[in-house]
Amino acid sequence: MTERNRLTPFSRRRFLATSAMGALATGLVGLPRAARADGPLRVAGIYTVPVEQQWVSRIHVAALAAQERGDITYTYSENTSNTDYSRVMREYAEGGYDLIIGEIFGVEAEAREVAAEYPDTALLMGSSFKEDPALPNLAVFDNYIQDAAYLSGIIAGAMTKTGNIGMVGGFPIPEVNRLKHAFMAGAREMNPDIRFQVSFIGSWFDPPKAKETAYAMIENGADILYAERFGVSDAAKEKGLLAIGNVIDTQSDYPDTVVASAIWHFEPTLDKAIAEVKAGTFTAADYGVYSFMKEGGCSLAPLGTFEGKVPQAALDLVAARTAAIMDGSYVVEINDEEPKSS
Amino acid sequence: MDILDILLSASFWAAAIRIASPLIFATMGELICERAGVLNLGIEGIMVAGAFAGWIAVWAGLPLWGGVAVAMLVGMGFGLIHSILSVPFGLSQHVVGVGLTLLATALTFYTYRVVLPEVSSPPKIQAFQVYEVPFLSELPLIGPALFSQTPLTYAAFILAGLTAYVLYRTPLGLAVRAAGENPSAVAAQGLSVTAVRMGAVIVGSGFMAVGGAFLTMSAFDSFFFDMVNGRGWICIALVVFGAWRPGKALLGAVLFAAFDAFQIRLQQTPIGAVLPYQVFLMMPYFLSILALVVMSRRAEVPAALMVAFNKGER
Repeated sequence: MTERNRLTPFSRRRFLATSAMGALATGLVGLPRAARADGPLRVAGIYTVPVEQQWVSRIHVAALAAQERGDITYTYSENTSNTDYSRVMREYAEGGYDLIIGEIFGVEAEAREVAAEYPDTALLMGSSFKEDPALPNLAVFDNYIQDAAYLSGIIAGAMTKTGNIGMVGGFPIPEVNRLKHAFMAGAREMNPDIRFQVSFIGSWFDPPKAKETAYAMIENGADILYAERFGVSDAAKEKGLLAIGNVIDTQSDYPDTVVASAIWHFEPTLDKAIAEVKAGTFTAADYGVYSFMKEGGCSLAPLGTFEGKVPQAALDLVAARTAAIMDGSYVVEINDEEPKSS
Repeated sequence: MDILDILLSASFWAAAIRIASPLIFATMGELICERAGVLNLGIEGIMVAGAFAGWIAVWAGLPLWGGVAVAMLVGMGFGLIHSILSVPFGLSQHVVGVGLTLLATALTFYTYRVVLPEVSSPPKIQAFQVYEVPFLSELPLIGPALFSQTPLTYAAFILAGLTAYVLYRTPLGLAVRAAGENPSAVAAQGLSVTAVRMGAVIVGSGFMAVGGAFLTMSAFDSFFFDMVNGRGWICIALVVFGAWRPGKALLGAVLFAAFDAFQIRLQQTPIGAVLPYQVFLMMPYFLSILALVVMSRRAEVPAALMVAFNKGER
């Protein structure tokens, strides 16, 4: 008897769940499949952090712009934990979305399993690994903005008086490493003897810790900080020193601190993927190249408040190298090794 | 920098005290709960909620201390939920605590998104500034380390002293300690074990939330979702490290923070070029475990910790 009593509410719940799923299926899958031919693409974003946070914000902004143009309709899930990531991927794939964008740095293997299960859904994912021809529906990208990072390094190299630059990072993953190396290469163009202090804090969003690490570097002689993490520019501001931004332009928050920033533009990457999906030619590829400066994937932020305060020699070199990068005669080295203090 | 230079520099000790401050608040909060017999694993989530509540209150126009009060109240609110479930209902304190952490973090993000639906980056507030204590801040080494901090850091140390005083020198403290050791004795005195334990959990949770608020209102001036970053769990360990005594727990917090400040600086010495950075990040935890092994041999666990009390039951 007890067994039976227990079953009753369960089956009611199951009934509700099934009917809800049915409603979802007709609402989500039924209609757009027909519209897929030439209407806007249905794009979903899955992010592990809130959409205003640095790296993800660039993707979000590009997707909103594409929606504004009428190329896509866009929805997203933010702050999705890695443990939940594949479930959300499946949900959007089941929902009939044409293209899913996101970041699988923390779920590389699992996300590939999901990709294999939904061969009709195009996936454009930030990843530390290369594309896999066996998974033709999964293309990878990353912010290959070493060109802009290199240019920001030239400015930092010209602005440091102590010849000592502090670099606080989250984790030494390829994306972080290659930008740091490019930045260091740029700085050495102006002064080959610059000393670099490199630290990792083992966390992406722990500004108090990043700030403490930056303080320690300042005590140790750094007068310019490479602000890969939030909190670093704050330390520089408090101590009256300078900082170089990364991925986004934060000069408006730190007008007397942030000299230059290497900005990432996700638009070329996303627009390429949209075009490929629309043409039916989307396939496994590395979209990293669309973050190169040549493709419009990155740029050096305008000097803004630091207009006229950066030595002319540095600006001349920046201009020369920008032209050379654009015409392909100069290639910034891509080095994914973990950088070390020098 | 040489290792000895690091240990003798005032800036190193100032950093240690700064890093310790949020831990001191939350450790005292946890200690109060546990002395009354309730393990509060909601600490991590309560710190997240406190970090958000204090910051958003100041952003909305309250003065800084008003923000601290809001954080404390929010923490007490979560403490109330915890205490109702764990004390009169006598539910598993592990499940209640972890559940509360999940609830508090999720609710925080929900509130964040409702209040700030579209922002390009989380807004900044005017955080607590350093207040140099007259005369004392001019002392060598301990001046800059102890007396050139933000007011919230001073409050953390005052709280530790106050906790010790109340626990060991007042009838209230006796009742709290007895509730954690031998609740029947409290009941025999005609006091309500339920009231004492609930009160301790509510107040303790309030202090945890202030620990979280320290991060957004003193250590930094904005809120990021993951910024508490496990500090709450460290405080659980610090309570054990401190053998459930406020003085020792305070010492443990400062020691842990000093290890952290030390490893940050050690990364920039010649050793840093040889060892992988993970070894340094691991150091505070590793050394704390080592210290725990030594310290905890004579620790006295509250006898009724995690034991639900049912009135009249033998």
